Amino acid sequence: MKTATITLKTTPTLYLEADVITPDAFAGKSKDEILALPVYEGRECYKLGDYFEIAGEIGDTPENTKIVVNGDCSKVKYIGAKMSAGEVIVNSSADMYTGAWMRGGKLTIKGNVDSFSGLGMEGGEFTVEGNGENYIGASYRGDWRGMQGGVLRVKGNVGSDIGTFMNGGTLIVEGDADVHIGTHQEGGTIIIKGDVNRRVGGQMVKGTIYIFGNMNYMMPGFKYTQDVELEVDGYKGTFAEYIGDLGERHSKSKGQVVYGKLYRKK
Amino acid sequence: MSKVVTDVTCPFCGTLCDDLEITVSDDGKEIIDCQNACAIGSEKFLHVSKEGRVTRPRKRQPDGSYKEISYDEAIEYTAQMLAKAKKTLWYGWASTSCEAMAIGHKVAEKAGTIVDNCATVCHGSSLLAIQDVGVPSCTLGEVKNRADRIVFWGCNPAHAHPRHMSRYSIFPRGFFTTKGHKGRKIICVDCRYTDTAKCADEFIQVEQGYDYELLDAFRTVARGEPIPDVVGGVPKEKIISAVNTLKEGRFGVIFFGMGLTHTLGRNHNIDIAINLTRDLNDYTKFSIIAMRGHWNVTGSGQVLSWQYGFPYCVDLTRRTHARYNPGETSSVDLLRRKEVDACICIASDIGAHFPIEATRHMAQIPSVCIDPHINLTTEISDVHIPVALVGVEVEGCAYRMDNVPIACRKVVEPPEGMLTDEELLEKVYDRLCGIMGDA
Amino acid sequence: MSEILIKNGHVFDVVTGIKGDKADIAIKDGKIVDKVSSKAKTIDASGKTVMAGALDIHAHVAGPKVNLGRWFRPEDKMIRGEMRGGIVKETTRMEQGFSIPSVFRTGYSYARMGYGFAMEAAMPPLYARHVHEEIKDTPIVDEAALPVFGNNWFVFEYLKEHNIEKTAAYISWLLKVTKGYGIKVVNPGGTEAWGWGLNCLGINDEVPFFDITPGEITKGLIEANEYLGLPHSVHIHPNMLGDPGNAPTTIDTMKLAEGYKAKNKFGREQLLHMTHLQFHSYGGTGWGDFCSNAKEIMDYVNKHPEITFDTGNVTLDETTTMTADGPFEHHLSALNHLKWCNVDVELETGSGVVPFIYSPNVFPCAVQWAVGLELALLAKDPMRTMITTDHPNAGPFTRYPRVFKWLMCKKTRDEQMAAFKHSGKVADATILNEIDRELTLYEISQMTRAGPAKALGLANMMGGLAPGMNADVAIYNLNPAKMPTDPEEIEKAFSLSAYFLKNGEIVCQDGQIVHSGTKKTFWVDAKAPESKQVNRDVREKFLRYYTVTQANYEVPDSYAPNPFVIEANANV
Repeated sequence: MKTATITLKTTPTLYLEADVITPDAFAGKSKDEILALPVYEGRECYKLGDYFEIAGEIGDTPENTKIVVNGDCSKVKYIGAKMSAGEVIVNSSADMYTGAWMRGGKLTIKGNVDSFSGLGMEGGEFTVEGNGENYIGASYRGDWRGMQGGVLRVKGNVGSDIGTFMNGGTLIVEGDADVHIGTHQEGGTIIIKGDVNRRVGGQMVKGTIYIFGNMNYMMPGFKYTQDVELEVDGYKGTFAEYIGDLGERHSKSKGQVVYGKLYRKK
Repeated sequence: MSKVVTDVTCPFCGTLCDDLEITVSDDGKEIIDCQNACAIGSEKFLHVSKEGRVTRPRKRQPDGSYKEISYDEAIEYTAQMLAKAKKTLWYGWASTSCEAMAIGHKVAEKAGTIVDNCATVCHGSSLLAIQDVGVPSCTLGEVKNRADRIVFWGCNPAHAHPRHMSRYSIFPRGFFTTKGHKGRKIICVDCRYTDTAKCADEFIQVEQGYDYELLDAFRTVARGEPIPDVVGGVPKEKIISAVNTLKEGRFGVIFFGMGLTHTLGRNHNIDIAINLTRDLNDYTKFSIIAMRGHWNVTGSGQVLSWQYGFPYCVDLTRRTHARYNPGETSSVDLLRRKEVDACICIASDIGAHFPIEATRHMAQIPSVCIDPHINLTTEISDVHIPVALVGVEVEGCAYRMDNVPIACRKVVEPPEGMLTDEELLEKVYDRLCGIMGDA
Repeated sequence: MSEILIKNGHVFDVVTGIKGDKADIAIKDGKIVDKVSSKAKTIDASGKTVMAGALDIHAHVAGPKVNLGRWFRPEDKMIRGEMRGGIVKETTRMEQGFSIPSVFRTGYSYARMGYGFAMEAAMPPLYARHVHEEIKDTPIVDEAALPVFGNNWFVFEYLKEHNIEKTAAYISWLLKVTKGYGIKVVNPGGTEAWGWGLNCLGINDEVPFFDITPGEITKGLIEANEYLGLPHSVHIHPNMLGDPGNAPTTIDTMKLAEGYKAKNKFGREQLLHMTHLQFHSYGGTGWGDFCSNAKEIMDYVNKHPEITFDTGNVTLDETTTMTADGPFEHHLSALNHLKWCNVDVELETGSGVVPFIYSPNVFPCAVQWAVGLELALLAKDPMRTMITTDHPNAGPFTRYPRVFKWLMCKKTRDEQMAAFKHSGKVADATILNEIDRELTLYEISQMTRAGPAKALGLANMMGGLAPGMNADVAIYNLNPAKMPTDPEEIEKAFSLSAYFLKNGEIVCQDGQIVHSGTKKTFWVDAKAPESKQVNRDVREKFLRYYTVTQANYEVPDSYAPNPFVIEANANV
């Protein structure tokens, strides 16, 4: 794997849309070609080189390309979006759409991410060491196909609308979450290790949610079934199992209704 | 001799009453009387002839005062601002005509701005919900002619849409509803006992911020599943009884407003209300209608949709294609995050309605406010351009809360020398083409 | 004024009778002429196919449910971070929307494919203003709209008394105030039943409260249509759309036209236009034994010259269904669990919108795809056979070139049939594999030009290249003398015309839009004896039941700034 390091030298006045900061966009290009890639501030189109310097080596394929991003990227959008392979490490916070529609590879943000990060994620490993805002691992507006696969882990806290319309993959929040976790979920796994406010699993059709910490209020459409012993993301212990959302439609498999499952750590 | 203009459409709220009768002076310059409108609508017509109209553009001076400038100077300022800015927010639109919007969009597309309307602080939540789950709905005449179950959830038409109940939802005698309100069961769900609740057969008091949970309970009960004893402050028995009342009707409608759009969860509250409506269609006929506030915010959504495919928060900055994502491309977020460097407010009032962090940024960037009146936004803009009042002094098309298009009429002449939105925007477009070139 | 000479192209035109021979087409002042002066601009069409501009007889392109489809589907514009259908911006307005294009994309897309006219398939009269606002904003392509009558309370009342004169007086009034083109019928009676959550499941299934059947509604409207002498015939979307085993209902519906005579001065011969016939040609009793009944349907159509139809071909895309058949959309959403919109319209009609994915892995979708093609290939009279996708219901209209490819190339059909997940079961449920016929360019021109023009009563001005006709001319990069071996080239050629001239102006060149033209709004002023009773009924219903005033219902001329009004006179 070859590593290229890009360093932010000019902060954008507004916000920078840089969906070119991915192994897919860099692979097989020369440094000059990379610096000439288009980025946007509002309606104006600039070059990546107007904002970043580049050093190091570039891989010939996305798999062989690693990108380290230095400088404060809290106003840079779309870092790692749609990447299919390779690795990206950002040594600061990043803005919206970080890792959106990610298909593979490894993305690490050593800071916070803003809303819509991990939108519609399909595969790969996406780790946020800080906090996430809203709509983390959610679906795009109107799309009933949300996160499909991969592992999205936020080590800090997140806001609301986490994992909406999730179909697959695993979303782990090690800190706290606000409201609307797994709304309209139809597959996949959500794990919140801290506390949540409420509205967990609202309108859930299928899938699994684990809540370790406190929950202020349970959705009325969830019914307690039993206590179970489980191992969840390295923790082993007893969980109370609930099925729901009973207000929502559910399919049948082998004559049995398939519900969403909500587990609360006891 | 005065004359009476009939079938006039009221340009105030989403009820869009079109049966007003305006008495106008013989010279066509003054409005003398307004019949059939509610108090708010009457005022809109009666105030135009009063003193104090601003008839020419004003520009803020370094000392904070405003000085009159010509329309040409104002147009020059606007066009230059659009040409120079990297990302302009163009917000408002809800109180002007569709014809004006179409011209404005032409300008916005050329300049590559964001185009957003009042839904962004109002029923945008409803639009998001509809984008996620659809909407089983009907025109207001279907309510009048068929409905025997009416639910007002988180809305107060007695105050916000004064003639709604008499024209459509509670009192009218329609084709299949000859008994009027006696043939209807009205349920009002709100966190407080409003004047609308006073007209209802049943009032359900929900704990503030628990509408989503309560609606989930309604859906769960509708499916015959158990719920806890109390949900959102409402006892189980009351929920079960309400659901049965709804199921036993033959045509039900849920009207909803800010109680759902602006409490915790926003679009999710409407989303689940829509799903309840959808579920009820397995038992009887049910529809849901959003109580749109402004008389033409719906129209702005319609024009934006047929031109760009999205109803609000439209991002035209790429100029090759439109993009959309409320939360990113929405006015409040753009201002709050300081993501725009210029702002035009047209036919709306940012200063009166937006959170202070957003308004503060608006005051700091170059800005233009296009509005017939002095308002909170004009006083923090660089230039205020007054225009003729659409619906009173200018005709144009508008869309009612149920998306029915009804045109507004011109009943009086605007003050001498004033431009209409359409004329102003066409001139801005010409000047912008001159500055930016025709490409 | 402007003179153009298109030289040396291979012309396919029913009106002049040229079937691929080289011929020059002369244009002056927006019309086809016999010859032009030496000052004319010449276009070299050597080795290319030349046809009149095409007509789309049925598409949902303008109006409230179309727009609802647009705004409630952001994911029709952007999917997985990409713009669906690609980004296209020439020197014109922005374009977006894959299955429900914006008005600009609609106009430009039609022009790129060489289409000069589109009929908005269903206009709810209360929303006519909206339809016309969108038509006005749609560049280049001429448009008209068909108001819906099959669930209208006035029509129910007058036809219950079997009073054709009153029905005609009402229709004449409504066409005028809505600037409509003709009589559209959608799920007659069923959409009114849907006002109570019910439906009409056949032509004899009575409408709740109104004491009339779909069959009576349809027959009455056919009579009224001929009484009025309208340019188009009744245009019907029969009951039971999309249901397995609906073919008998479809045939029952077609039989309603027996015994009448077409009466008009426009050369229109059919009495009933069956729209998106694919959705109505099914056998079986459920989804398991779902099968094609295209043969049964075409056996009837072929023997009955009073019937025209358009195909409604499925294109195997993720698209959006939208129709005035409210109950159908509710059922569809119960099937695929996707988001459902519904709008019932007071006194008049209803509508529904639901996204739909026609997946090649789903058995019924594959059968539907085959049915649409079978209908066209079994048709004996190409002049009565029109190609559509019921846009966007069975697919976007931008897929017409793909449909032409399938119809012209058996190899592509065989490949698709073999590629279906349940190919064996699909082959058993259809007869497409056994049909060898490949449509010719001339037949395509019949089905997309002369045929729809005649059915719409526009044969004297559109769909042909005879002198005096509108100069809508399409030139494609297809050499009939040397057709491409790769069928994809056929699709490509029809998608991006080498030239498209609209009213004698070049609007598209090499697939690029170069000019926005001056589109016209077509509507029909059907003159009929006035009925004082009808006038009183209208006034009364507006006062008592409508929620807008009569004065505000009428669409003023400003909504059709460039009108083309066709006058019809009642056959009293």
